[in-house]
Amino acid sequence: MDFSGNFIALKSIWIKECIRFLRIWVQTLVPPAITMSLYFVIFGNLIGSRIGDMSGFSYMEFIVPGLIMMSVITNSYSNVASAFYSTKFQKSIEELLVSPVPNYIIVLGYMGGGMTRGLFVGLIVTCVSMFFVDIQIHNLVVIVLTVFLTSAVFSLAGLINAIFANSFDDISIIPTFILTPLTYLGGVFYSITLLPEFWQNVSQINPIIYMVNAFRFGFLGYTDVNLTVAFTVLITFITVLFLTALTLIKKGIGLRH
Amino acid sequence: MTVALNISGLKKTYKNGVEAVKSIDLKVNKGDFFALLGPNGAGKSTTIGVIASLVNKSQGKVEIFGHDIDTHLELAKAELGLVPQEFNFSMFETLNNILVTQAGYYGVPRAEAFKRAEKYLKQLELFDKKDMAARTLSGGMKRRLMIARALMHNPKLLILDEPTAGVDIELRRSMWQFLKELNEQGVTIILTTHYLEEAEMLCKNIAIIDKGVIVEDTSMKALLAKLDKETIILDLKKPVNDVNMNGYDFKMTDDHTLEVDIMKSQGLNQIFEQLSAQNNTVLSMRNKSNRLEELFISLLDKNKVAQEGNA
Repeated sequence: MDFSGNFIALKSIWIKECIRFLRIWVQTLVPPAITMSLYFVIFGNLIGSRIGDMSGFSYMEFIVPGLIMMSVITNSYSNVASAFYSTKFQKSIEELLVSPVPNYIIVLGYMGGGMTRGLFVGLIVTCVSMFFVDIQIHNLVVIVLTVFLTSAVFSLAGLINAIFANSFDDISIIPTFILTPLTYLGGVFYSITLLPEFWQNVSQINPIIYMVNAFRFGFLGYTDVNLTVAFTVLITFITVLFLTALTLIKKGIGLRH
Repeated sequence: MTVALNISGLKKTYKNGVEAVKSIDLKVNKGDFFALLGPNGAGKSTTIGVIASLVNKSQGKVEIFGHDIDTHLELAKAELGLVPQEFNFSMFETLNNILVTQAGYYGVPRAEAFKRAEKYLKQLELFDKKDMAARTLSGGMKRRLMIARALMHNPKLLILDEPTAGVDIELRRSMWQFLKELNEQGVTIILTTHYLEEAEMLCKNIAIIDKGVIVEDTSMKALLAKLDKETIILDLKKPVNDVNMNGYDFKMTDDHTLEVDIMKSQGLNQIFEQLSAQNNTVLSMRNKSNRLEELFISLLDKNKVAQEGNA
């Protein structure tokens, strides 16, 4: 197909994905809003008031960017993981496999769907947070770039998980045992400067530290990590995960016999 | 003559060691209505899977309208429409969304895709269900939806893998009519089916596949001409205990029903004459089985004997 045909195909996958998560909005959009409201109430208001300042900001101000990022990460990942695995499970992935859609368009289409849900939920959580704290913006470009790139990273990761998955259990193992611990230890609730030096160094290998801190810098102008390193990490992850997903689909891993 | 599908030396061995396709060479000309028949597990669906690039082949070459699937896969895919055996659409999407999305995968703009969806949904009598989720459709409706979906990009070659399985006779006949008209409009059709009367009624050419090899590849007419014996069933007016049919092999299945084997060289006249002479009347007559069915069984039997001999 030519450029215009590929663009129509990309748009078709993206629209299909958006219709899917909007159709089941009670499962996809409402839970993060409720969960994050609870985080704001419990950690921000109730416990946060006793914790005091964190790196010169009220605890609520400090955790808001992290919680928004956490919801973006979780939703981008789970959207693509469950959507793509469902197409495998229902065999409707064959609709794509028999068509002349290039593999990179399939990857971009699902990534776009995951990013849209991640950003949508991020926006909802941001709106909810406004009931608890006055949002300040230090650098809008950093906020936008970080949230876009992070949602791309986790959409691609969710896609790779779904390609390998052979059951619905397989798409919940990574979020439960890897993604959630990394997110909770990724500086959402604390500054890594509070940790002993050894654990500060260990934290540097957690990629989510860079995403949360770059995002927090966009709001508060404060970060525990170097922003150049943070964006290098994000772009490296996107490149590696995109090429991995592309290779897996091209080889037909988990898709063709 | 333009070749719509050209398969040569096709082999497929699955990872578990099952040799589903041993060696297949097949040519289907443009405009043909082609039957690909075979018992369950013969290799039909694997062959179709390879053509549609849902199954990776182990060896061989497949060309769709001259486009090699190894070198020009996207061009080959653009010419092909597939109606698979199993339902493979999202059960939660509406009919309209399924069709418009599928057209989008082939680069059809959305406005045009909506028009085509309306056209095919109307032709296949599904238009009033267009905003309903696919899971709410009956089995026959789901099959028609898959036909509509396969046509959304106006393919030149349409492959239907048992499209009428489980469909009632009235609906089956309307689907036959739809497919006939599609073929008359120039779409090359390859059909697999277990209803042999369907293949006999619709198809011009036929290939029979068994145990991963093609055991027959000819025109329907030439194949039916090979039939040297037919069994007909006669319903008689008077009960008979002892009937005499000189020159024919026959048996009484009950005192009103006679089964007679007729060789190609024999006619029916003598049967009626002999029964008239015995003061009996034939009320009705029918073939014991479909003509193609008899040939099909005999070809499979021959292949079984040949394979056992080779072993």
